Amino acid sequence: MSTILVVAEHRQNALRPVSFELISAAHGLKKSSDDKVLVAVIGSQSEAYVEALSVNGVDEVVVLKSSVSDFDPDIFEAALSALIESKKPSVVLLPHSVDSMGYAATLASKLRCGFSTDVFIAEYQGDELVATRGGYNQKVNVEVDFPSKSCVLMTIRAGAFKPLEGKASPVVSNFDLPAVQSRSQNKEFIELGGGNDIDITTAEFIMSIGRGVGEETNVEQFRELAETAGATLCCSRPIADAGWLPKSRQVGQSGKTVGACKLYVAMGVSGSIQHMAGMKHVPTIVAVNTDPAASIFTIAKYGIVADIFDIEEELNNQLST
Amino acid sequence: MKILVAVKQVAALDEDFEIRADKKDVEEDFLLYDLNEWDDFSLEEAMKIKESTDTEVEVVVVSVGPDRVDESLRKCLAKGADRAIRVWDDAIEGSDSIVISRILAEVAKKEMPDMVFAGVQSSDQAFSATGISTAAYLNWPHAAVVADLQYKLGSSSAMIRRELEGGMLQEVEINCPAVLTIQLGINKPRYASLRGIKQAAAKPIEEVALSDIGLSAADVGAGSSMSRVRRMYIPAKGRAQMIEGTIAEQATKLIQIINEFKGA
Ligand SMILES: Cc1cc2nc3c(=O)[nH]c(=O)nc-3n(C[C@H](O)[C@H](O)[C@H](O)COP(=O)(O)OP(=O)(O)OC[C@H]3O[C@@H](n4cnc5c(N)ncnc54)[C@H](O)[C@@H]3O)c2cc1C
Repeated sequence: MSTILVVAEHRQNALRPVSFELISAAHGLKKSSDDKVLVAVIGSQSEAYVEALSVNGVDEVVVLKSSVSDFDPDIFEAALSALIESKKPSVVLLPHSVDSMGYAATLASKLRCGFSTDVFIAEYQGDELVATRGGYNQKVNVEVDFPSKSCVLMTIRAGAFKPLEGKASPVVSNFDLPAVQSRSQNKEFIELGGGNDIDITTAEFIMSIGRGVGEETNVEQFRELAETAGATLCCSRPIADAGWLPKSRQVGQSGKTVGACKLYVAMGVSGSIQHMAGMKHVPTIVAVNTDPAASIFTIAKYGIVADIFDIEEELNNQLST
Repeated sequence: MKILVAVKQVAALDEDFEIRADKKDVEEDFLLYDLNEWDDFSLEEAMKIKESTDTEVEVVVVSVGPDRVDESLRKCLAKGADRAIRVWDDAIEGSDSIVISRILAEVAKKEMPDMVFAGVQSSDQAFSATGISTAAYLNWPHAAVVADLQYKLGSSSAMIRRELEGGMLQEVEINCPAVLTIQLGINKPRYASLRGIKQAAAKPIEEVALSDIGLSAADVGAGSSMSRVRRMYIPAKGRAQMIEGTIAEQATKLIQIINEFKGA
C-alpha cells in the first residue's frame, strides 16, 4: 500500500480550484485499490476546508492547524517535512503556483526526495514513475524519472488534470504542526484595480500583441488595426511591463483571464504557459507567428506562419476596400 | 555591503532544431545562448540599491556554467556589476536545479552578501526552483515572485510584494538577509552603455572550481540530482489548422474568420 499526498491550496478563505485537479492527478497515480490519497490542508482555519475537500478520489483529509490563515513558506515547509516524515508518501503533489514556487524547492532539497516542477503528465511506466514537463520555452516535452527515490515531490501545472466529479466521505484526521519560527509576515493582500480602462474579461473579440511587435512605436498601428477590425486590443506581459499598453490589458496568469472571449487573434505571442492560462479556453484562437515551432500553435485553431507586420498591412488593405 | 545576483545563460532553440541521437536533449548546434530574461530584472534591482546609497555596495554576479557563460557575465558587468564569478567543473554537467542551487549557496557562504537575488525562473527550462532552493542550503528566509522591494541595505527586514495569480499582490515583511526571486516588470532594466561595455572587457571573471567551495565531483552532476531526463521529444502538432498561401490569401482567410464570428 502506498500513499499519495496532495497539498490543497487556499487563499483568503477560498480553496483554489487547482486543488481538485491535484486530487484527480493523485487518483490517476493509484497503482492498486489499497493505495490512499491524502489531502493535507494547512492554515489557522484549515478545518473549514474539510467539507469542500470531501470529494471523490480523496481517502483522508489531514488538517494541520497553523498560526496564520494564509500561505507562509516557513510554516508550510516545516509542516510538510513533518507530515511526509510521518506518512511516508511515495508521491507528493503541489500545484505549480506562486505559493509553491516559494517553498517546493526548499522542501525537496531538505527531504532529498525526487523533484520536478510544472509537470503536466504524471504516470507509471512499468514500475517507474515518469513525469512530463516542457523544455526550451515549451517547444519540447521532457520526460523525467527519479531513480532510487522512495518519495517524489512534483508541482503540477494548473489545468492539466480534470477534477473528478462527486462528493465522498473521507476520513478526517489532525496532525500537529512542529514548532516553527516564521521569518516573514503577511501584511495584506492588494487587489490591482483596472483603473479607468475597459474590462477585457467581457470582450468577445480580442487582438493580442506580444513581443513580436518589437518597439513601442509599432503599437499604434495594431491599435488602429484592432479598431478597424472591431477587436479589443490586449497584450502579453512584456508589452504591459514595458508600459506600452496598460497592465489592465495583460492576458494571462498574473493578468486577466478573458472569460467571455470567442475569437482571439494572437500577434507575435509565443504562447508561454502563463499567457495561455488566460486564453487557452477561447474556442477560436488564431495565431500569427514567424516561428513555426512557437508553442502557441499547439492550442490555436488556426495558425499563420508569417510576419505580423505583413499580415497587418494586408489586413488593412483588404479591410479598407 | 554586498548583493549577490545569481544569473543563468539560457538556451533558445533555432527554428529547425533536432533532438540528439540519445534523445536526452536538443543537438547543441541548434541552441542560441543569451542571459535569462529574469536576470536583467534582478541585476537591475541590485544596481538600484547600489545607486541609492552613499555606502559602498558591491554587486557580484555568479553563474554556474562552462566557458561560453562568460559572454553573459560580461553583459552583467557592462550593465554595472562590480565582479563576476563563474563556477565550473565538467562533473557539473547534467546537474538539476537543486544541485546548482547548492553550488550557488556555497559561493554565497564564501561571499557573505547582505542579500541574494535570482530570477523567478529561467526562460528555457522554467523550473522555478534554483533561486529558492539556494535559501534551503543557506537556511535563509526566502520569498518567490517578488514584484516590489523596499529595502535599505543592512536593515534586518524588507518589505516586499509577491505577485500572485490573477493580478493580486501580497505585501510581506521578510527578515534579512534573504533570498528573493525577482519577477519581470519589477523595474526597467537598463541597457549597457558603450563605456560600460568597454569597462566590462577589462574586468576579470573569477573562475571558481568545486574544491574552492568545499564540494567535490560526487556532490554534483546527474547522480546527485533529484530527477533524471529520460527522453526529450517534440510534442505532437496541436489541432492548429495552418493557413497557407500568400500573405494576401492568409489575410483574406483571417478576415473570413473574423466575419464568421461577427455573423454568429
Ligand atoms: C509567475 C509568472 C507570471 C506570468 N504572468 C504572465 C501573464 O499573465 N501574461 C503573459 O503574457 N506572460 C506572463 N508571464 C511571462 C511569460 O513567462 C512570458 O515571458 C511572456 O508571456 C512572453 O511574452 P511573448 O509571448 O509576447 O514574448 P516572447 O516569448 O518573446 O514571444 C515573442 C514571439 O513573437 C514572435 N515574433 C517575433 N517577431 C515577430 C514578427 N515580426 N512577426 C511574427 N511573429 C514574431 C516570436 O517568434 C515569438 O514566438 C509570467 C511569468 C511568470 C514567471
